Amino acid sequence: MADAPLLELRAITKRFPGVLANDDVNFDLRRGEVHALLGENGAGKSTLMNILYGLYTPDSGEILLDGKHIDLGSTKAAIEHGIGMVHQHFMLIPVMTVAENIVLATEPRHMGVLLDYDAARKRVRELSERYGLAVDPDSRIDRITVGQQQRVEILKALYRGAEILILDEPTAVLTPQEAQELFEIIRSLKSQGKSIIFISHKLNEVLDIADRITTLRRGVVVDTIPAEGATEESLARMMVGREVLLRVDKHASTPGAPLLQVEDLSVIDDRGLEAVRDVSFEVRGGEIVGLAGVDANGQSELIDAIAGLRNPAAGRVVVDGHDLTHANAKEALEAGVGHIPEDRHRRGLILPFSLTENIALHGYRTPPNSRNGFLNLGTMLSRARRLLKEFDVRGGQPSTPAGALSGGNQQKVVLAREIDGDPKVLIAAQPTRGLDVGAIEFVHRRLVEQRDAGRAVFLVSLELEEVLSLSDRILVIYEGRIVGEFPPTATEEELGFAMTGGKRGEEAAA
Amino acid sequence: MSDADLEQAPPPLPPGEVPSPSQQLTSRFGGLSGVVAPIITTVIAFIMGGLVVLFTGKNPLKVYHAVFNGTGINWFFHVGNHHARVPFSTHKMWFPWDTASIAAGNLQQTLLLTTPIILTGLALAFAFRCGLFNIGGQGQYTAGTIFAVWLGTSFVHLNPFLHVMLCLIAGTLAGAVWAGIAGILKATVGAHEVISTIMLNWIAYWVGSYLFGEGGPLQGSQPSIPISNDIAEGAKLPVFWGIALLQGLSVGIFIAIGMLVVYWLIINRTTLGFEVRAVGFNPEAARYGGVSVARNYFLAMAISGSFAGLAGALDITGWEYRIGENDIQASSIGFIGLAAALLGRNTALGAGVASLLFGALINGTSGRQLDPSIFRPDLAGNLTTIIQGLVILFVGLNLGGIGLWLKKRRKPA
Repeated sequence: MADAPLLELRAITKRFPGVLANDDVNFDLRRGEVHALLGENGAGKSTLMNILYGLYTPDSGEILLDGKHIDLGSTKAAIEHGIGMVHQHFMLIPVMTVAENIVLATEPRHMGVLLDYDAARKRVRELSERYGLAVDPDSRIDRITVGQQQRVEILKALYRGAEILILDEPTAVLTPQEAQELFEIIRSLKSQGKSIIFISHKLNEVLDIADRITTLRRGVVVDTIPAEGATEESLARMMVGREVLLRVDKHASTPGAPLLQVEDLSVIDDRGLEAVRDVSFEVRGGEIVGLAGVDANGQSELIDAIAGLRNPAAGRVVVDGHDLTHANAKEALEAGVGHIPEDRHRRGLILPFSLTENIALHGYRTPPNSRNGFLNLGTMLSRARRLLKEFDVRGGQPSTPAGALSGGNQQKVVLAREIDGDPKVLIAAQPTRGLDVGAIEFVHRRLVEQRDAGRAVFLVSLELEEVLSLSDRILVIYEGRIVGEFPPTATEEELGFAMTGGKRGEEAAA
Repeated sequence: MSDADLEQAPPPLPPGEVPSPSQQLTSRFGGLSGVVAPIITTVIAFIMGGLVVLFTGKNPLKVYHAVFNGTGINWFFHVGNHHARVPFSTHKMWFPWDTASIAAGNLQQTLLLTTPIILTGLALAFAFRCGLFNIGGQGQYTAGTIFAVWLGTSFVHLNPFLHVMLCLIAGTLAGAVWAGIAGILKATVGAHEVISTIMLNWIAYWVGSYLFGEGGPLQGSQPSIPISNDIAEGAKLPVFWGIALLQGLSVGIFIAIGMLVVYWLIINRTTLGFEVRAVGFNPEAARYGGVSVARNYFLAMAISGSFAGLAGALDITGWEYRIGENDIQASSIGFIGLAAALLGRNTALGAGVASLLFGALINGTSGRQLDPSIFRPDLAGNLTTIIQGLVILFVGLNLGGIGLWLKKRRKPA
């Protein structure tokens, strides 16, 4: 090693009841580098960083800063040592301004009691100019975008004198554009001598931004390697411990009859605005049609209208010849619409319910799950057993509450329920959001299987890569309109251009 | 926890995977900790109540012992060689307990009080399961009593079985309608059920006061006494233990226990209960699952109210037989039911046990049961209220949550 590390974590071990979260972990950070910490969900990344941020005390091991042993008993101690953390879920007060949030707890004051707002605003402005983090100090937090909120979090850490910044899954909440902007910010911070620990499970991001990469698997460091020379494949193998198929393996599609037909559909959103405008398309049996678009361009409203969760203002939805335009969720389900919802916690699962009950969520009202209003628990249980096995759900038995599973396993439960319902049309909304490489591979394989079984799969995703690798045809939505249709051979640039309203696709959808 | 325990503790986690906070929290929904927290809650409430007794200069142990004897539960401990009359016959049979002792009389009173608490407790619990806070158990109870008295004092020549069934069913339906109003308002215009049920409580309170008050249409034949007539003999539930004139125990307690079973069946074994619980935990996910949330809000309120209405009808047909303006204004059985539901964690068994606890406590501290030389009964009544209040406070605090909070630094986020 050329220069001595700024920060060193030596032989950190942390045990929770029944779990060894960190096992003899060594990690170091050099001044001015971006060091990525890579690992699947539950690999121990967050535990390690929470130790570094003073939230947990390690059972053994030590932390050295500039070669000197330091004790981090609290987050206050961590901040005093120049360590700042941006959590995945922001810790901001929505009704206060950007400047107020940043100076909170260390406010500049008039006469010791009154907030010196002008001074606060001035310091925030200085900081944001110095590091290229554009935010308006006077905006209220609840009126700015998620990307801007994240900048506020970074500024807050810098304001408190952070030299080392921990970014915990910072891109999870960002659109692709916002993620690119974040990377610019990270590069700018790096050039000014800040050291950054970047936690992620997204391989392309890590390769893009990091100087070195440390991979954790089941609490143990697999290796620390320079980013240069690493590939997505090699990182995935380190993370998961086996070969992972990153590209989806599928043959050409053999589309059959149209199973989902959407005609001139318009949908009004919760704010009373027209979120979906005159949308027409069809999905045939045996094909995957992907819908690409930047978040909040009408995707959610379109899905809701098809699934019977929102009444369209105009147009028609037809599933296998049945008019479902004004159907409710129950009628849509009965007509054969399977729906993997974009938010599995809000919609897909009832977290305190057992896996058995969650798997029965659509089928409970019909035989053999129930008869004459009485549940048939035996049937429900055996169906749950079979599906948990078939979909390789780990970490839970049929009686386990869904909330106790990891995200990937929760998604498998949703997938199992929707696929087992034998749908004609399967809507997959953000089916791999928040999942790690192994689980993503699983979900993708299952979706292709559904296509090959002759079902119509409608994939809605914010991940361009996912849309490109799974779809047989790609539609792009922008401000509620379908602005183009592309073959799967299209490039990310072409799609990205259409997604931001740049230009109509070669052939606008009918 | 020993290593052996870890080996067996379900669900098994793969190494390196950290139990999520929700996993730790879900332990609240079942398992041992689901029983332990209410017991701790009760013990702490009793200890604090004991401190209050101590401040009055009395010995808390002595007072609690006297209260306990007043509940009649000590009856079970006096086993001997006795004879008991077989209910509804003149035959006698050998029985290990003395059915005519003072303790037996006390126990009858405790169980009489427990009966409506079980039902108002179930009312609250059912609504809670659907995510609704039906604070209107009192008003629904009152609606039940009004209808039971009205029908019980009418149709005096009806077949006795039909008459008492009529009273019970009408009381049940009255409670269902009264709560159903709040349910419809919630389902259609989103009116918050806490507000609407509180208002319905007051409406029931004043309607009842008017009906049985002086000059009211249901006031009895004695002018200037704001009490209804007695219901017809045929409208009275059979008393199977003790003497009806001395407030013996009617078969109402079995109806209440039967309702515990019905509640358990509906919640755990029917599609209706499945929907109610789904809506209670996550209305949006329920909607996505094809469940009509509005329909369930209405149904859950109506069913909830029917339990409370039945409580009122059972009190009238079981031992009160009449009702006065004062009774309507002084009753707080709906709120005791709230405490029972909270302490019993909205389960059938829990609500049953908690109801017995509150029934015993109220009876044991009542002026009729408690020896004034040990503790002044008027103070003792307040002691009951204190313990009841502490229970609600602690359940609201969620002891399990506090425990988690204390351990937070040792557990993963």
